[in-house]
Amino acid sequence: MDKQIDEATNSTTGQTQGVTRRGFMIGSVGASVAMAMVPAALLGGCAEEILNTQPFEPTVWYSIDPSGAISVKVTKAEMGQHVGTSLARIVAEELEADWSAVSIDYVDTDAKYGAYVTGGSWSVWTSFDQLSRAGAAGRVALIEEGARLLGVEPGQCVAENSQVVCGNKQISYADIVAKGQLSRTYTEEQLASLPLKAAKDRKLVGVDTLALDVPAKSQGTAIYGIDATYEGMVYAKPLLPPTRYGSSVQSVDDSRAKSVQGYQQSVVLDDPSNSVPGWVLVVADSYHAAQRAARVIDVKWQAGPTAAVQEADLIARADEQIASGEGALVLDDARIDAAFDAAEQVLEARYTTSTALHFQLEPVNAIGLQNDGKWELHTGAQWQSLSMPVYAKALGEPEENIVMRTHLLGGGFGRRLNGDYGVPALLAAKALGKPVKVVLSREDDSRFDSPRSPSVQHLRMALGTNSQVLGMQHAASAGWPTAELASFFLAEGTNGEKYDPFSINGADHWYDVGPHQVRAIMNDLAQQSFRPGWLRSVAPGWTNWASESFMDEAAHMSGVDPLVFRQGLLTAQGKNAGSAPNAVGGAKRMSNVLARAAAKAGWGKTLPEGQGMGIACTFGQERAMPTWTACVAQVTVDADSGAVSLNKLTIVIDAGSIVHPDGALAQTEGAALWGASLALHEGTEFVDGQVKDTNLNGYRPMRMGDVPELDIEFVESDQQPVGLGEPATTVVGPAIGNAIFAATGARVRHLPIRPDAVKQAISDAKLA
Amino acid sequence: MAVTLKINGRDVVLDIPDDTPLLWAVRDELDLKGTKFGCGIGMCGACTVHVNGVAQRSCITPVASVADASITTIEGLNAEGEHPLQQAWIATQTPQCGYCQSGQIMQAASLLATNANPTDAEIDTAMGGNLCRCMAYTRIKKAIKMAASAGSLATNVGSEVAHG
Repeated sequence: MDKQIDEATNSTTGQTQGVTRRGFMIGSVGASVAMAMVPAALLGGCAEEILNTQPFEPTVWYSIDPSGAISVKVTKAEMGQHVGTSLARIVAEELEADWSAVSIDYVDTDAKYGAYVTGGSWSVWTSFDQLSRAGAAGRVALIEEGARLLGVEPGQCVAENSQVVCGNKQISYADIVAKGQLSRTYTEEQLASLPLKAAKDRKLVGVDTLALDVPAKSQGTAIYGIDATYEGMVYAKPLLPPTRYGSSVQSVDDSRAKSVQGYQQSVVLDDPSNSVPGWVLVVADSYHAAQRAARVIDVKWQAGPTAAVQEADLIARADEQIASGEGALVLDDARIDAAFDAAEQVLEARYTTSTALHFQLEPVNAIGLQNDGKWELHTGAQWQSLSMPVYAKALGEPEENIVMRTHLLGGGFGRRLNGDYGVPALLAAKALGKPVKVVLSREDDSRFDSPRSPSVQHLRMALGTNSQVLGMQHAASAGWPTAELASFFLAEGTNGEKYDPFSINGADHWYDVGPHQVRAIMNDLAQQSFRPGWLRSVAPGWTNWASESFMDEAAHMSGVDPLVFRQGLLTAQGKNAGSAPNAVGGAKRMSNVLARAAAKAGWGKTLPEGQGMGIACTFGQERAMPTWTACVAQVTVDADSGAVSLNKLTIVIDAGSIVHPDGALAQTEGAALWGASLALHEGTEFVDGQVKDTNLNGYRPMRMGDVPELDIEFVESDQQPVGLGEPATTVVGPAIGNAIFAATGARVRHLPIRPDAVKQAISDAKLA
Repeated sequence: MAVTLKINGRDVVLDIPDDTPLLWAVRDELDLKGTKFGCGIGMCGACTVHVNGVAQRSCITPVASVADASITTIEGLNAEGEHPLQQAWIATQTPQCGYCQSGQIMQAASLLATNANPTDAEIDTAMGGNLCRCMAYTRIKKAIKMAASAGSLATNVGSEVAHG
């Protein structure tokens, strides 16, 4: 995926582009000095002129003003991960900046800042090296200019705390910017040869700090998309059609709304981008008036073809597809049939997961408006570069005429990678000729969330004498978000079929199982019925559920302890040996986190009746950037009711270097509880073409009283930093399932785990 | 029709229907954006404000029902944003996305006003109606305990009540 990520993160249009060679440029912009990564082709020009006038994609841009204030431009969405703090710390480390002088600027979309995407736990991983080198280049330039101003040789000087110190003389960065002539360029080769600090010498990276976004969020002053206002704007609430696609409006009767104070009109959207077909917007002076009016407006729709689809239909379709043998072979091995022919025993199991909602607490919303000939969208977004072409299509305007104004996100979790909610605001602003703020009610937001698709998976394992693993097959069917929204990301299987890597990641695990075949199938009925979403981790939310439950079943069948069984397969041989820079050590590091988590949790100790421990591991998002993660869950099961209490989660993560330790811990706490919530509390189903649970009276994420004891540890490492937003989310479910088995001897194979299913499994286990 | 409200010590007259939820009066009529819209049915707690010092869900509170009451929003909890709970929220680095935190803080302030040293179970019960979708629950609880042990809370609660 490396190449694809580079393409996505370097692209402003969502179109596939090659990786651009880059250099670095320093020059005056106004009274400040700007420092930016620039395309290598521009390096021959004058730095000032280019930094001031050229629209290019710097990917890193920071500036220092004459007071010494350092502003780091951030194109990532702040949605709870304190991403600006992490990214700015990386720059400041190599820049030798005074951290108290550093601020973050979450910039609006502009071609000159390059691509905008926040997801996949990529932010630190994809940025670390560039940000480090950008900081180092700035430091070298400041030392050289500082030395010149002081009349000494640069070799006699060092930089520290925003000062250049040369023996007993020193000059601040502020004075260098105010008095000096900073203008220079670095080629890619020069950048690559800049010396970066050894991990032991770091002063900011890996050292705790208070995140810069936290005070405003504690004082009620943080501005989210829903808080944005614009002079002269009107409010709108949508009335949603019966199906996500294919419904059309037949009539709108708003006669009863006319007496509602503040009601203005209803607008049937005509959407060339087909993002919001069949939507009607109720427009009013205030949001509350729009809500009141919406209750008495009668819209008749011709429903689309999926109005009768049920969750069971989606599951049945997936089973049918898996049985037919269709799909893309993500991994294949010509020896697979021979492995199964030679098996003493074959273990087979089927795992399923229900539809799950993002339920980010801030319902999606946006203000659309036209200002000075240019279209503006004020909203919180995760993948602006993917959405801009959609907005351009919806408006019939070139992308250059659209700008997205950046706001904080009241939760992302992948929901706001899909920018569909911006379309109605722009279309309404165009239709009405005034600024329109569209806010979805909670029920609207849930109904047309891009939910996590239900999934079905079939796993088979061939076992030889002494329970040696001879081969493994894994087939998964689910809705594919990437096929719908970002088809340039589709990969090609060994059989030539296309597949969504995000919808099968995780199945390509690091266990040495001999011939390994992985088959990915797009659930076409899911695709037609709703818009599948990227939900915190995407596939590992279901693939790990299957593969890590299955490893436990295999261990049990083999009569081997589940920890020992896993470690026996984590040989770090061949393709699982790992490679530099992202996966040095390979599967050995997975074995290590498993051992550490087991030791911390007291794996193997005797527990009271009805309690059990389960273990599981994951490599996070994808093999290209493994975050080695192990979890031990301890549960108590009430055999009579089937109720599961989650007592404790012990999690050990090796994510390489940790940039912002407390932020990493917070992300892991939240991710782990997300995993527990998805496993035990959440989940919904499609009923008559719609998700059944649209608010908290039916959809019930974990509350404070449900929170287990958490014991989280990060392995000390100076390896390449990888991702932390998601890995813990996907390891908890199977650890809980395995703990239920340890406690009761009953195996559950469906997420979420409901008491009735546990009770049934206990009953089945007794009969077996 | 005119409704008179006393919000953060200030009397305001709004021309809105009697049954307008207090949430929208606060956010869109008075431009106090710290109080958030989450579920609209009183089950997430993001819209929590104080009515006569007691936590209440503003999204299901018609303005007419609180016309004679003293209402406090997150903006009025402490003029400098330095209520002990807010300081504890920062010290513990509690907020992730932060969207629910105004409501969490208002709920916690209401708890501590009547129970200066709540047990874990009492905190779980009092905070059970406040959803944190980022699941920053362990830090919310830690921050509440930190603020409770700081001991200066009474002064701050007093100042809120004083303008009522």
